[in-house]
Amino acid sequence: MTPFCARRLLLLGAAAGVTCVLAPAAATPPRLVTVRAKRFEFEPAEIHLVRGEAVTLEFTSLDVPMGFNLPDFGLRSDVIPGGVARVQFTPDRSGQFPFHCDIFCGSGHENMSGVIIVI
Amino acid sequence: MEHTIDRRAFLRLAGLGGVAYASGLAGCAGALTSNKDFYFVQLSDAHWGFEGPPNPDARGTLPKAVAAVNSLAPEPDFIVFTGDLTHTTDDPVERRRRLGEFKRVVGRLHVQEVHFMPGEHDASLDGGAAFQEFFGSTHYTFDHKGVHFIVLDNVSDPAGKIGDAQLTWLAADLGKTDANLPIVVFTHRPLFDLYPQWDWATRDGAAAIDLLMPHPNVTVFYGHIHQENHHMTGHIAHHAARSLIFPLPAPGSQPKRTPLPWDDAHPYKGLGFREVEAQQHGQAYLLQELPVGRGAS
Repeated sequence: MTPFCARRLLLLGAAAGVTCVLAPAAATPPRLVTVRAKRFEFEPAEIHLVRGEAVTLEFTSLDVPMGFNLPDFGLRSDVIPGGVARVQFTPDRSGQFPFHCDIFCGSGHENMSGVIIVI
Repeated sequence: MEHTIDRRAFLRLAGLGGVAYASGLAGCAGALTSNKDFYFVQLSDAHWGFEGPPNPDARGTLPKAVAAVNSLAPEPDFIVFTGDLTHTTDDPVERRRRLGEFKRVVGRLHVQEVHFMPGEHDASLDGGAAFQEFFGSTHYTFDHKGVHFIVLDNVSDPAGKIGDAQLTWLAADLGKTDANLPIVVFTHRPLFDLYPQWDWATRDGAAAIDLLMPHPNVTVFYGHIHQENHHMTGHIAHHAARSLIFPLPAPGSQPKRTPLPWDDAHPYKGLGFREVEAQQHGQAYLLQELPVGRGAS
């Protein structure tokens, strides 16, 4: 599978809200980062990644339906209470990339955001 | 003494201040007062119920805007509110109280033809149920003097989507609309990806734009971003309006999408409403940004 095809599948998976995505087989498993979402914050809100290192972001919601949206990498997923949402990707550039909740979840929704820092 | 805003005098002054914006017809800025068909007023993002330092006169700003609109001479043909009538609350009773208060305040408008639509603050927590109790449908069409107006709801779905059902409705409406009829779309969120990092987008907005694209004369007016913004997707112009509660920063100009601070030296700075003058039988529009009250800018 080419990287391009893998990325298309990843985006399709994210759009469909599935909790498992396809990616090329890697020699080492992706690093796992768990993120808890609750009204109105992500924990952690600051995630440190390494450029070129595959990572799986694993989301759970403690209360209401949320969304994870990372526009700079074209990634999003629903985060539904009772389920686990996984987003797998390999950051290909360094920098600070904001993410936010994109499901309106209450009075503090607009402040529910975080940042991925890739070194 | 009642203060009135003479629109012709204001347009002449606006030419000096550079706040007029012409849309849809090259060169029409030089013909500001010719071929006037009608004009309407766009108000947006009143956020009734908001309290906080970004606007120490939160309960006074909307009434000032109503008074300013009432002072326009001649009166606009109609008025449109492009969403976020109220500030969000998790309490359904409080949400209805705010919607009711908002409706009473804008009930003082002299112009009786007023069109409403929700913003996410009004509708995203209950699918638009409370909004509909006060203002009726969240999406609809109307026609005025040869222009077809379409109100799109991209907020009742908490994911910020128009949704397949409404897109099907839009396609059916456009299918029976004369291809050459000018179309104006009112909506809350931008239909295009203005700045997705701040959720300034509509997830399926591109589908609506695709449906509108075959029509040669389409203009979109929206709110949500609390500032003036002008953007083209192909031949379709998109114009964002100022807010009536607090301005927000320019897209990506600072790390967080936090309100710009209140300026005691220039109260109500960055707030206001908009006149839209249809010219050339809806082939062009002259936009005029107005402050909420005297002394504001």
